[in-house]
Amino acid sequence: MFFALRHPILRTALAASTALASMAATAQMNEPVKIGLLSTLSGPGAGLGVDIRDGFELAVKLNNGKLGGRPAEVIVADDQGSPDVGRQTADRLIKRDKADFLTGIVFSNVMLAVAPPTFQSKTFYISANAGPSQLAGEQCSPYFFSAAWQNDNLHEAVGQTVMDKGFKKVALIAPNYPAGKDALTGFKRYYKGEVASETYTQLNQLDYGAELSQLRATKPDAVYIFLPGGMGINFIKQFVGAGLSKDITLFGPGFSADEDVIKAVGEPMLGMFNSSQWGHDLQNAANRKFVSEFEKAYGRKPTLYAAQGYDAARLIDAAVRDTKGKLDDKAAVRKALEAAKFDSVRGAFKFNKNHFPIQDYFLRVIVKDAQGNVTNRTLSTVFKNHSDAYVGACNMPAL
Amino acid sequence: MNGILILEQMLNGLQFGLMLFLLAAGLTLVFGIMDMINLAHGSLYMVGAYLIASIAQATGSFWMGLGFGIIGSAVFGMLLEISVLRRLYQRDHLSQVLGTFAILLMANEGVRLIWGSQPLLLNAPAELAGPVEIVAGFYYPAYRLFIIGVGLLVAGLLYVLIAHTRIGMQVRAGASNREMALAMGANVPRLFTAIFGLGAALCAVAGGMLGPLLSVQVGMGESILILAFVVIVIGGIGSVRGALLGALIVGMVDTAGRTLVPLLFSALMGPVAAANAANTVASILIYVLMAAVLFFKPRGLFPTHG
Repeated sequence: MFFALRHPILRTALAASTALASMAATAQMNEPVKIGLLSTLSGPGAGLGVDIRDGFELAVKLNNGKLGGRPAEVIVADDQGSPDVGRQTADRLIKRDKADFLTGIVFSNVMLAVAPPTFQSKTFYISANAGPSQLAGEQCSPYFFSAAWQNDNLHEAVGQTVMDKGFKKVALIAPNYPAGKDALTGFKRYYKGEVASETYTQLNQLDYGAELSQLRATKPDAVYIFLPGGMGINFIKQFVGAGLSKDITLFGPGFSADEDVIKAVGEPMLGMFNSSQWGHDLQNAANRKFVSEFEKAYGRKPTLYAAQGYDAARLIDAAVRDTKGKLDDKAAVRKALEAAKFDSVRGAFKFNKNHFPIQDYFLRVIVKDAQGNVTNRTLSTVFKNHSDAYVGACNMPAL
Repeated sequence: MNGILILEQMLNGLQFGLMLFLLAAGLTLVFGIMDMINLAHGSLYMVGAYLIASIAQATGSFWMGLGFGIIGSAVFGMLLEISVLRRLYQRDHLSQVLGTFAILLMANEGVRLIWGSQPLLLNAPAELAGPVEIVAGFYYPAYRLFIIGVGLLVAGLLYVLIAHTRIGMQVRAGASNREMALAMGANVPRLFTAIFGLGAALCAVAGGMLGPLLSVQVGMGESILILAFVVIVIGGIGSVRGALLGALIVGMVDTAGRTLVPLLFSALMGPVAAANAANTVASILIYVLMAAVLFFKPRGLFPTHG
C-alpha cells in the first residue's frame, strides 16, 4: 500500500474523486437558473417590452449575473404583441429550453393565452406587467405571481384622486376593447360624480379631432384617458394643440404619462396628473440604486415598466435564494415567492392571497425639475396597502 | 349639436383628408404609372417623420427639420427606387407585394436599430402651438389650420406640375397608356426615379405635418397606409385628381362618422346600446363607402385607363 499513495496516477485519481464529490454538492448551485423572458419587442408596443427587458437584465447584471446565488440564464423572446405567437413561444421556452420561470408579458390578451400551458407544466410565471382580472379572481393560480398590479388598480387610484380633488363633471375616453372597458370600470369604482361622457374610440386611432370637439361642447372640468402607447401620445398632443388643457384638467394612468411618453410629447404634458405604484423619485435605497444604475446603463430615465421588470428579477432572486436553489421543490418555491423577501423599488410590497400585490398607489404630476427637464414628481399617496377587487373570488388551489 | 361643432368637424375632416391626399398622391402616381404596388410607401412616411423629428431636435428648429427631412426622404426614396424597386417593375403584382413588404419590415427594423423603440419627440413650432379664434367663441388649433394650408398648396402645385409641365405630360401619358408612353418617351427610367422621389417627398411632408399630432414611432406607416389605399381605390388608380377627391371624402366621412353616428344612435336606441354599436358602425363606414363606390364605379370615381 505504501507506494500506492505515492503513485502519481493514483494520487491524481484520489484528488479528482474528492473534487468530484464536493462538486456534486455544489452542482445544483452552479447550474444556471433559466428565465424565459417573453415580451413584446416588436410592433407598436415594443417600447414597453424593451423597458421590461432592460429592467430585468439590469437587476441580473447588478447581481453579478446571478439569481439567488445560481448563475442566471435569461432567454429573451418576442411575442410580437400577439396571443398566438406568445403561446407558441411560451411552449418552446417551457419544453425545449426548460425554463424555471417565465416573465415579461406586456399585454393581458397575450397573458391569458400563455397562462394555461404555463400553469399545466407547473412553471412559475412572474408578471412584470399584465394583470388581467381573470387571473386575480376565479382563475387565480398557485403558479402566477404579479410583480406589477392588477389591471384596475391604477384607474381606481385616479378615480379616487379625481373625487378627492373635487371635480364634478368628468369625461372618460378609452379604446373600444376589453381592457378599455375594464379601465373605465375601475375608474368608476371610486369616482362617484357625474360622468359627462364616456367615449370608446377605435383601437389604434390616429386622429382625435372629433372627440376633442365633443369635449369642447360638453365642457367637462376633467378628462380621464386610458390610451396606452401611441394612442395616448396622439391624444395628448392634439388635446394641448386644441387649447383644451387651459380649461380641462387631464388625468391618466401612470403608463400614459411615463418617461417614454414624456420623451415623445415634451412640454405640452406639463401639469398632467397620473397614478402609479412607483415613481423615480420615491425615496428608498433600493429605488435610488435602481434609478441611477438604469440611467447609467441605458442613458434614459426608467419607466414603471422598467421598475416592474427589475422587481420581477429581484423577486425571483429572493425565491431562488430562500429555497437554496432547489427549484424542483415546487411547494418550497411557492412559499418563498409568497414571502417575497426582497426590497421592492416601490417601497411597501407584499402578496395578497391571489398572488397580486398589496401596495401603495401614488399620485404623480408632470413638472419641470430643477435642471429644466420635463419629468414626473410624486405628490402624495392615494391608497395605502391597496388590494384589488377580485381577490374575494379567488380560491387559491393547492399545488 | 350646433353650428360651431359642425364647422369644426368639417375643418377636421378637411385637414385629415388633405393629409391622406399627400400620402395617396405619391402612392397613386407610382401605382398608376409604373403599375407597381408599393407596400413600402408607409415606410417612406415613417422615415420622413423620423428624419424631420431628429433634425428638428438637433437644430432646435421645426422648419429646418421639415426642409432637410423632405430633401433627405426624397433622396432616400430615389436611392430605394434605383437600387431595388426598378427590378420589380417587370414582375407581377405578387412579387411586388412580397418585395416591398420585405422592404417595409427592413425599414421598421432599421429605424429601430438607429433610433430605438421609444417614440420620438416632434412638436409643433411655438408660433403654431395654440388655438386661434376663427369666429367669436370658436377656437381651432392653429397647427391644424396650417396643415390645411399646406395640403391645399401642395395640391395646387401638383396640379400645375401635372397639367402644365413637360414632366406632367409624360406622367399623364404614362398613366393613360403606359406602353405607348414607353415607346415614345425619351428617358423613362429617369422619369420613374423622379416620380418616386416626388412620392417620397410628399410622404415626408405628410410625416412632418402629422408628426406633431401623432406619435412618431416604429410602424407608424402601416396604420395610415391602409387608408391611403382606400383613398386611391375610391378615387381611381393613377389619378391625382381622384386621390384628392377620394382623400377629402374619406377624411370627411371618417370624421363625420365618429361625431354623428354616436349622436344618431343614442337618439334612436338609447346611450347604452349606442356606445357599442355606434363605434362599430363608425369604424366600418369608410369601408362601406369603398364597397359602394366599387359597386357603382368599379374603376373608382376618376379612372385614368379609359
